[in-house]
Amino acid sequence: MSPPPTSPPDVTVRQPFIEPGHTFESVTDKIGAIVLDQGVRRGWLIGFTISFALLMLLLFALTNLVAQGIGIWGINVPVAWGFDIVNFVWWIGIGHAGTLISAILLLLRQQWRTSINRFAEAMTLFAVACAGIYPIAHLGRPWLAYWLFPYPNTMGMWPNFRSPLVWDVFAVSTYATVSFMFWFVGLIPDLATLRDRSESRVGRFIYGMLAMGWRGSALHWHRYETAYLLLAGLSTPLVVSVHTIVSFDFAVSVVPGWHATIFPPYFVAGAIYAGFAMVLTLAIPLRRYYGLQDFITLRHLDNMARVMLATGLVVAYGYMMETFVAWYSASNYEAFMVTNRFFGPYNKLYWALIFCNVIAPQVLWFKKLRLHQGWLFLTSIIVSIGMWLERYIIIVVSLHRDFLPSSWGMYAGTRWDWATFVGTMGLFMSLLFLFIRFLPMISIFEMRTMVPDAKVDEDAHAGGAH
Amino acid sequence: MAEFGTPTALVAAIHKARAAGYRTMDAYSPIPVEEVAEALHIHDRKLPLLVLIGGIVGCIGGFALATWTSVVDYPINVGGRPLFSWPSFIPITFECTVLVAALSAVLGLLALNGLPMPYHPVFNVPQFALATREKFFLCIEATDPQFDLKETRRFLETLEALSIAEVED
Amino acid sequence: MSDPTNPTTPTPALDLEQVRTELASARGRHYWRSLDELANRPGFDALMAREFPRQAPGLLDAVDRRQFMQLMGASLALAGLSACTRQPAETIMPYVKAPEDIIPGRPLYFATAMPIGGIGTGLLVESHMGRPTKIEGNPDHPSSLGATDAFAQASVLGLYDPDRSQVISSAGEIRPWSAFTAALDQALAAQTASGGAGLRILTDNITSPTLAGQIAALLTKYPNSHWHQWDPIARDSARLGARMALGVDADVRYRFVDADVVVALDADFLGSGPAQVRNLRDFSVRRKPGGSMNRLYAVESSPTVTGARADHRMAVKASAVEFFAWALAGQLGVAPQKPKNVPPEYAKWIAALAKDLMAHRGRSIVVPGDHQSPGVHALAHALNIALGNVGKTVICTEPVAAQPVYSMASLKELVAAMAAGQVDVLLMLGTNPVATAPADLDFAARLEKVGFRAHLGLYDDETAQLCHWHIPEAHYLESWGDVRSEEGTISIIQPLIAPLYDGKSVLEVMAAANGRPQSGYDLVRAFWGDKRKAAGDFDRWWRTTLHDGLIPDTALAPKAIGVRSNWIDTIIQNHDGKQDDTEGLELVYRLDSGVLDGRFANNGWLQEAPRPITKLTWDNAALISPATARRLKLQNEDVVELTHRGRKLEVPVWIVPGNADDSITLALGYGRKRAGRVGDGVGVDANLIRTSDAAWIAAGVTLAKTPRTYPLATTQEHHSMEGRHLVREATLAEYTHEPAFARELVEEPAKDMTMYPPHPYEGAAWGMTIDLASCVGCNACVIACNAENNIPVVGKEQVAAGREMQWIRIDRYFEGEETNPTIVHQPVPCMQCENAPCEVVCPVNATVHSSEGLNDMVYNRCVGTKYCSNNCPYKVRRFNFFKYQDWTTESLKLARNPDVTVRSYGVMEKCTYCVQRISQARIVSRREDRDVRDGEVVTACAQACPAGSIVFGDLNDPESRVAKTKADARNYSLLGDLNTRPRTTYLASVRNPNPELES
Repeated sequence: MSPPPTSPPDVTVRQPFIEPGHTFESVTDKIGAIVLDQGVRRGWLIGFTISFALLMLLLFALTNLVAQGIGIWGINVPVAWGFDIVNFVWWIGIGHAGTLISAILLLLRQQWRTSINRFAEAMTLFAVACAGIYPIAHLGRPWLAYWLFPYPNTMGMWPNFRSPLVWDVFAVSTYATVSFMFWFVGLIPDLATLRDRSESRVGRFIYGMLAMGWRGSALHWHRYETAYLLLAGLSTPLVVSVHTIVSFDFAVSVVPGWHATIFPPYFVAGAIYAGFAMVLTLAIPLRRYYGLQDFITLRHLDNMARVMLATGLVVAYGYMMETFVAWYSASNYEAFMVTNRFFGPYNKLYWALIFCNVIAPQVLWFKKLRLHQGWLFLTSIIVSIGMWLERYIIIVVSLHRDFLPSSWGMYAGTRWDWATFVGTMGLFMSLLFLFIRFLPMISIFEMRTMVPDAKVDEDAHAGGAH
Repeated sequence: MAEFGTPTALVAAIHKARAAGYRTMDAYSPIPVEEVAEALHIHDRKLPLLVLIGGIVGCIGGFALATWTSVVDYPINVGGRPLFSWPSFIPITFECTVLVAALSAVLGLLALNGLPMPYHPVFNVPQFALATREKFFLCIEATDPQFDLKETRRFLETLEALSIAEVED
Repeated sequence: MSDPTNPTTPTPALDLEQVRTELASARGRHYWRSLDELANRPGFDALMAREFPRQAPGLLDAVDRRQFMQLMGASLALAGLSACTRQPAETIMPYVKAPEDIIPGRPLYFATAMPIGGIGTGLLVESHMGRPTKIEGNPDHPSSLGATDAFAQASVLGLYDPDRSQVISSAGEIRPWSAFTAALDQALAAQTASGGAGLRILTDNITSPTLAGQIAALLTKYPNSHWHQWDPIARDSARLGARMALGVDADVRYRFVDADVVVALDADFLGSGPAQVRNLRDFSVRRKPGGSMNRLYAVESSPTVTGARADHRMAVKASAVEFFAWALAGQLGVAPQKPKNVPPEYAKWIAALAKDLMAHRGRSIVVPGDHQSPGVHALAHALNIALGNVGKTVICTEPVAAQPVYSMASLKELVAAMAAGQVDVLLMLGTNPVATAPADLDFAARLEKVGFRAHLGLYDDETAQLCHWHIPEAHYLESWGDVRSEEGTISIIQPLIAPLYDGKSVLEVMAAANGRPQSGYDLVRAFWGDKRKAAGDFDRWWRTTLHDGLIPDTALAPKAIGVRSNWIDTIIQNHDGKQDDTEGLELVYRLDSGVLDGRFANNGWLQEAPRPITKLTWDNAALISPATARRLKLQNEDVVELTHRGRKLEVPVWIVPGNADDSITLALGYGRKRAGRVGDGVGVDANLIRTSDAAWIAAGVTLAKTPRTYPLATTQEHHSMEGRHLVREATLAEYTHEPAFARELVEEPAKDMTMYPPHPYEGAAWGMTIDLASCVGCNACVIACNAENNIPVVGKEQVAAGREMQWIRIDRYFEGEETNPTIVHQPVPCMQCENAPCEVVCPVNATVHSSEGLNDMVYNRCVGTKYCSNNCPYKVRRFNFFKYQDWTTESLKLARNPDVTVRSYGVMEKCTYCVQRISQARIVSRREDRDVRDGEVVTACAQACPAGSIVFGDLNDPESRVAKTKADARNYSLLGDLNTRPRTTYLASVRNPNPELES
């Protein structure tokens, strides 16, 4: 009933962030429909079934782990950390893009974040959930994990606040909590929408409960905006701190290849790099499958590709500096660490890493390829692999030959390491499928604000005021 | 309560209503509209203050926790480091700051908005379901000194609203 | 990544050309890399190859080796272990206190002796509430002087081994002792008529006076009966050599304390043989660079700990050693004629050596190897006599054996008799010939012909299987007896605990054979009471003897000897100019440093102790030189087929730098079929190819490569120091020029170079030094630590996966060119760093510092993040990846040290400086209101070390020994440049090469 849409708002040569012709209701309905009207689709069902099967594999692997002991993994002395920490860092890294997109881009007033922030945030949450499994599972005695938290206890003991692992506990749990709140607060108005649009009583009840009686009152909106902005302000330093602290797990130690001051920036960049790769890996198929090309436009893909390229270069710089410092430090151990990476038993993995993280992404210099979904998808996959390899190199290859040649050893993941890794992917995908099915994967109310009508026409009421 | 199609219309209506001397009223919209808040003269600075306090509490709390446990309550030689090795307490301090601040932001938001609130009179209006989709509403409340059912209704009719409804209590 | 389920991934290929070129290009004092790295081959597939064993732990069916200890529980049904305290009924004499004042929780020490091959080592045994838990050396005993070897340390585990045979059995049925004695009487009765013509007794080497008396009695009773002695570790060559050179039987002992120059002719006198503890003790006294340092020349086929310690080492084929010795004798004019065609590389060496020997006449020793030919022993005798060493550094005595025999011949006689059907009754006492006899004797088959076969042994072993009767033998810690040490001193063996499985001692069986069954206690007492009749006050003598652990003045007196005429003829005939009698490959059999001849095959501690040179565990392998490997295109873990006189044996290959070319060394004692759950099927049985006439060195062996490989579990995969100054070494000359050479090498940050205030350590500040100049890497400390600290055995798969648990490991590096590298050993326990990197990173404060500077590990606080291990530059931390410790087997519970926590899975552990001993001493000192005295706390490793290389004590006490050793100019800390401030430091190694042979 509202007036027909006027000409598209952003008629430049550049791709718009939302395709022209959309109105409040069209946006609302289109996104809401995915949850409310489409029901269970075949593709979704297949995808979810596979993911869920993998999730079961994870449970099996973890049960066996606790039953038999972490000896079923490939770890040993000297390489006491393997897949467990590699995957932990990998998942945490992936999470970062979500927070970055929703928080930092919000502060930077980047409109294009709007259509991707919701599922990017969801991705963050699920990635953190996967990451969170490892620090607990990798313990010799996982059932005592709570000893890492500072709580008054009959042992009269406290955790060691000098240990990066305790910092980790604080960082990761804070990160999880804040990300969740950020995500949920963002959901409230949309939940209200779903509440009001859902036909089924169950749907109305559940969404109603979650919406907590949101009714879009002006005063609420006012506070809401403030709170959202503040959260964004808090999340931004948080997301940087989290991977900084994760990098401390290594930087604080004495192990050659870990003990490096460049780690924090280099890890954060790597995290964003990996994160955007994952967002693309998810966004490209999703927009196609659910026909969201109007909301997640090529322009979005283009921007994300640019971010990937930029962070990728920072990471490449990191590799360069590692090598340089090894030489510059004139330390026998550092120098050996680098030569061992280049020519040692694991050198194939190292050069694979260089290809995935440094060479492959260079294609993103070309706009043609940035806008070519196939290329972009492939690149993002390669980068994800590359970032996993990076952690493998940093953790395993640094550990397997450290100070005393007598204790040097080799490491390789066992079937149980792989099962756990694949299993966490199952967990991640399962959660993601459920999210797509039951919650709006694009923030509806924020998309509404992109609609031309959303702008208050000043002079329209200027006169009427008096 | 009056229903409008665009934020523009709503803002216009609010200005008129205020001109007409109405004060206690509330606007409902599917999207945040700054102008509406301005028009309604909403100035609320409680939340940022809350968050600031939360931040300070978390900051001090975090550092105090680390320091007290490692210096006072459980003083022990760890790797030859001094008991009060404050640089290693910084990360904890920072994380606590963010955590408490964020918590106070969200809980503060809910508390101030009086959420959760499953029931509210406006929900009785059938059209109001559209408030979360496409429609904008202006509600002049009965508590307004100038409120009079007939008068107010007639006034609202002058605002070329799409529809007008009475909110049952 | 790699396919984890592919076990058949081939071991990495080596580019051997590259290896050689690299070696050629290597200049000066360079550290060579283990062959894999040398070839700079990207060992990516090595990773896959290594991955295979690591798969095992995940699969329940593959963890048998790990679980063997757990599985043992069942067999304890028979053990009937009611309470822990099974004090022998008879009065035994505690070393320090009278037995009545047993204080719960406080150990008592008793003196006894451990016989190996009839030769005793004097011991003190720690007993907790009647449970022997720890073996120490008896300081008063000449063969021990307070130290022990690995075998003695491990014997306590042997005592509690649940696989020991537990019942008297006949034809698979459990029978009472009385049934056996009845059967025996009957069998013997049948012999009376013929004067025992069909009666044979087979024992190992016997020195026990009581037993000798019993056997003599039996032999007189049955004049036509025979006593055979077969001992796989008997030193036949020494016996024959003495007869050859001197014409008489004589035992030889060496006084290394007085020797300036020592020549080892393929002799591992520091690492094997009955005198090894005493030898190492004496030898190490002369390895202190401060005093007059001795010089050791070693000529050997395969590297031994002796060769590793030598100042000059030459790798020659074992079969060429006799020729070498002859050439040396010729050079010194000892032999009437010189051998022809002495190769130049020998000549230079021999010339210098001869000169050195002449310069130290009367102060030198020539030591022949036990497994060398009689000729070498004869030549050694001649040389020592000619050099005037005899009576000074070389002491000849009557044989310590009750009846000296040529063991192999004695066994052959028995076999011949059995084959001829002349043997009706055969008593095999404490010996396992079916497993230990060379293949050509075909002992098992011959045995079938014997009418009445009885076997006494610790295990229901290969021999027991073929006997009508098997009697479980009482362990030496459970039985009375007496034994002579290698230099003759007699000790009474007193039991620490009543037999766990009602076993019988050899004395008791012999008593039964003599028709007068008696308890071991009565037998020994009766024998000595008889002997001491004249002296009177027997009880007092008895108590003192038990208390002291030895009968004074029973050492054998030196006897004068001289060479017979034309003693050398046989040797010359042996050679007639040939340098050695092996065209092609030779195969050398050696006793294993872990399982010896196989008698310790079921001992997990010994199986898992890395062999000093190869660092292999849980297997024997054909050791070959890198050059031979290249020639035959072999790599580590390749399976080869050895053929000797038609007998074939498949065995994996292990390449050992410094091994003589064309020489294969294979350890005995493996491939046991009935050793027990630990030892069964471990390694390959060398006796399957071994023949009695080539018992130690077999010539003309052919080797064929098979396509198969066999994974070997080593604890050290990398053998180069990568140019890092880990083991610091100098020649005596360099040392005298710059005593502090070790500290010159690496700059350590100054103590005040820190922003942190230093932590004060009032009271004691414990510290340790390890002298690398005297350490030979013999493993005594490793096993001692196992016993003291309840360290679990993890099994081959876990070792292969890099998860061994020993708290102290001995690093071994090769240095110099591969044909004849310098071999260095470095024991590495926890360094107890003052700035411990491990502590800072532990999230739960599970590893923190004690007020005395110990790096404590709090097991029950540990959650197992393993971060401490990652951050430990020395990698001395050990993690319980599984529940390694056996919590179920009763007998193994008895073996544990009650003062030390038994760790469960998921926690980190490491060397604690034997904190339990420190606490013990502290408690005593507090009660007596004084400080802990220096030497009051001795760590298990320090106590066991025969070389006395490990010194432990209080750094805050300026008078303490450790304070003095720390002040030594050679003192340096490992990786000190990391500023970890280790409390454990090293005294740099010094060698004393002959200047003439330098360059």
